[in-house]
Amino acid sequence: MPRKYVIHTKEVPNRFKAISRSGVIAWEEGCLKCAVCVKTQCVYHVYEHRSLDPRQMIDSIDNECMNCLRCVQSCPKQLIHKAINPEYKSLGDDYWTPDIISKLWYQAETGKIPVSGAGYPGPFSGPNFDSMWTDMSEIVRPTRDGIHGREYISTAVDLGTKKDHLDFKGMELVEESAPAVVAAPLPILLRVPAFGAFEQETIKGWARAASRLGTFLALPAEMNPEEAEAPQSCLIPIVSLPQAQSGQGNGHSLLVEILWSEHWRKAFERMSKSHPGALICVRVPFLKGAEERVLSVAKNGASIIHLEADFHGRSQQDETLLVRDGIRSAHLALVQEGIRDEVTLLASGGIAMAEHVAKAIICGADAVFIDFPILIALECRMCLRCKEGLSCPVEINTAPASWVASRVVNLVGAFHNQLLEVMGAMGIRDARRLRGEVGRSMFFDELDEAAFGQMGYLKEGYELE
Amino acid sequence: MNLNSNSTRKELPEVVRTPSRFRNPIGKYRLNRTTDCIGCGKCVEVCAYGVHEIKRGLVLTKNHYLCVGPDCPRPCYDECPVQALSLRKNPTFDAIGDLRWPPDLLVSTWYMAETGDVPPASLEYRVGASGGGFDRMRLALPPRQVKEEPENEEIDVGIELNRRDDNAHRIRIEVPFYGGGMSYGSVSITPMLSRIKAAAALGTFCSTGEGGYPDELKPYDDHVITQVATGLFGVREETIQRVKIVEFKYAQGAKPGLGGHLLGDKVTEGVARMREAVVGYPLFSPFPFHSVYSVEDHKKHVDWIKAINPLALVAVKVSTPTDVDMVAVGSYYAGAHIVHLDGSYGGTGAAPDIAKKNIAMPIEYAVPKVHRFLQDEGVRDRITVIASGGIRTPHDVAKIIALGADGVCTGTADLVALECVRCHNCESGRGCARGIATTDPELMELMEVEWGRRRIVNLFLAWRKELVRILKRLGMKSIRELVGRTDCLVHLDYMKR
Repeated sequence: MPRKYVIHTKEVPNRFKAISRSGVIAWEEGCLKCAVCVKTQCVYHVYEHRSLDPRQMIDSIDNECMNCLRCVQSCPKQLIHKAINPEYKSLGDDYWTPDIISKLWYQAETGKIPVSGAGYPGPFSGPNFDSMWTDMSEIVRPTRDGIHGREYISTAVDLGTKKDHLDFKGMELVEESAPAVVAAPLPILLRVPAFGAFEQETIKGWARAASRLGTFLALPAEMNPEEAEAPQSCLIPIVSLPQAQSGQGNGHSLLVEILWSEHWRKAFERMSKSHPGALICVRVPFLKGAEERVLSVAKNGASIIHLEADFHGRSQQDETLLVRDGIRSAHLALVQEGIRDEVTLLASGGIAMAEHVAKAIICGADAVFIDFPILIALECRMCLRCKEGLSCPVEINTAPASWVASRVVNLVGAFHNQLLEVMGAMGIRDARRLRGEVGRSMFFDELDEAAFGQMGYLKEGYELE
Repeated sequence: MNLNSNSTRKELPEVVRTPSRFRNPIGKYRLNRTTDCIGCGKCVEVCAYGVHEIKRGLVLTKNHYLCVGPDCPRPCYDECPVQALSLRKNPTFDAIGDLRWPPDLLVSTWYMAETGDVPPASLEYRVGASGGGFDRMRLALPPRQVKEEPENEEIDVGIELNRRDDNAHRIRIEVPFYGGGMSYGSVSITPMLSRIKAAAALGTFCSTGEGGYPDELKPYDDHVITQVATGLFGVREETIQRVKIVEFKYAQGAKPGLGGHLLGDKVTEGVARMREAVVGYPLFSPFPFHSVYSVEDHKKHVDWIKAINPLALVAVKVSTPTDVDMVAVGSYYAGAHIVHLDGSYGGTGAAPDIAKKNIAMPIEYAVPKVHRFLQDEGVRDRITVIASGGIRTPHDVAKIIALGADGVCTGTADLVALECVRCHNCESGRGCARGIATTDPELMELMEVEWGRRRIVNLFLAWRKELVRILKRLGMKSIRELVGRTDCLVHLDYMKR
């Protein structure tokens, strides 16, 4: 059993005030100046600590208010109200919702998993990963207190290839038949996002985080992995065909990523020669029929395949194709071909929450890349201003590498703990066993139709209530 | 089995109007009165809802929260001779609640808890906005009959809890629901007593949750369900012998597969004494029962209770995994009287968000699955199926019964009656700032038991009235007739034109 993997987190304060869901509206006009003002009775003392951030024009009561509404409901002149903060509502988009973004900020700040009281407040189900639930069982296969550490749950995964048998010559193992794998202590790899207001300093921070976590950071070769000031073994240079042909990339990487194209084999062979020790990952875009492409890449020698969806977890080409189904068909195609264990399937695109990691693995990925979450960990608001060349409201470009690294370690630490939570509930003690284990999940499409499909008929004259 | 057994029907308690504890109850609308007001009293005269008030010649808008806004048949703002009144939406209204408990449901539940009746207009009190499950299901009611309708009293909404042919208590509850477990520690003694006294008044039960059995509950022993959960906090032979129903909690819908967690801040002296723990230290109730890894082990548990209290009914509370049907049938064969399914969207005092959203299935799927499985097994009429986890309205009750449950457990609805605003901060620091889910001595002072009891009684009398009305529309005499009648439901997503 590998040594227990623990991510050490500690609080890393925000550099800017976070945007909160609702704001306090306090009209002073008509105030009676009561001897005991409701504001002095605030359980959370938010009015006592009140201050204004002049740079962002954010009132501290908005950040600290816990929405108990006692002041709203007790002011004799009804001068205090609450309202939804329009700035909060406009964070992100339909996929990167304000709720997801603010919870990512919280995890990066505290390293803690989001816990709250009262039942689930969200929608019944949704598209993509939101249309699945993970399973558990109280009696038949429970894990014994995984999250509290009384039973060991391993999140480690292997990246690379495992042959279905070993070859021996006499008593000697034939080296080519041995598994060629590198181990990651958790199924989460980092990846530089497609856009963002980051600098070399940010990349240094991300690389440092990958190194501290024992995982990897994938970054385009033109971003100078050599200058990331981190062990090269934790970096995955992404190399294009011309770069491969000109011999780019150094010899210390354990993993190298090349892009799929008609001529991917050329780049693949070239890299195998220049990086004899490295495992080569082929990145396949998630387009229609991607499973066949994955299969052909697997059959042509690649040991790691990275299926890349867009940042909303959809196909880059067709919005109706969801990464959940893309991973599933690629996994099943490999299973059907009998070569599932000979390749590692990585997935990326739209992995926004810890639950997406578990669900992508259930659908058939071995591990996932997270990209935008490591940017949102740095307080990114997904405003996309940087895409238009405008300044970043939270000045990510000025963030020091040490702060970046600690924020990302916190975020991944929180993700890891949540992964332990759901694995514990499912009775799964090894992340490698979770792969493709759809038996430990439930799908909306199947359950909903089975339960309610017959309930569509309304008799003549009947009323709905 | 005779469903209308000889047990005497209890008189229903009376509604006592019980307004909010706070000066400014939250409603949907606000009326603005300018200084042009001449104090003529026209608005007081036209308003049927008691929004305005005249006092010593001065006209005041006293109860904004009762205003029904544009649904008003005689709007004061139209009738005011000097146009001093104008209507607008209360900004705070939109800032409360969530998709499962949208502002409309919260405010209408508060209205029911105050008046014992459903709101007159303007508020959606039947469904939430989650976009699936209950919220996309509708009751299909037959065309209205012109003939004289029977009196309310003829319609029976009570259910029998013991459907086994054994020597245990025969217990009938007068409403098709009882109070779900909420432990001493997660809430203070005040809401606990309010809930149990309300249950006693309504002729039903309320579970203690897993935090022990405080002495204050002793006078209501006949209406208490004591819970045996994995932490075994405060479980003693004596507490098991005291009650008529004992509940095993295997898992909780909001955090299935994970243990309970009471944060250190909430472990006050009283809580620590009750749970035989140390003040200020967090308490974990582990998952699962380490003595149960099979249905046979589970039977051993049930036998243990039956040995200590042979007359007690045994309820088994489980969550909703894929094999929930097998668990239910196993519970029956192990000797349970009640199988209580707690769906994944249920309430909690504290749980990881990832668990609340993702683990196990919503109750709307689990109930029909279990109902059919028990039917196929030929034991459906020998066990009582209780559903919980997201039952918010009388319509949810009717829907889940039509899907195959016998009755339901309530939890969050009780708290909303006590003016919970769903701020989701039950777990942090001193607990609930509104004095509900807290053990902080100062915050506990915010609520009185009698006020709480009346609010919960009122809410459930309103629910009962609605259920009676629905059954009448369906032409049914007893709620028993509704069990498993999926033909009384339509799901909007599958509706055929």
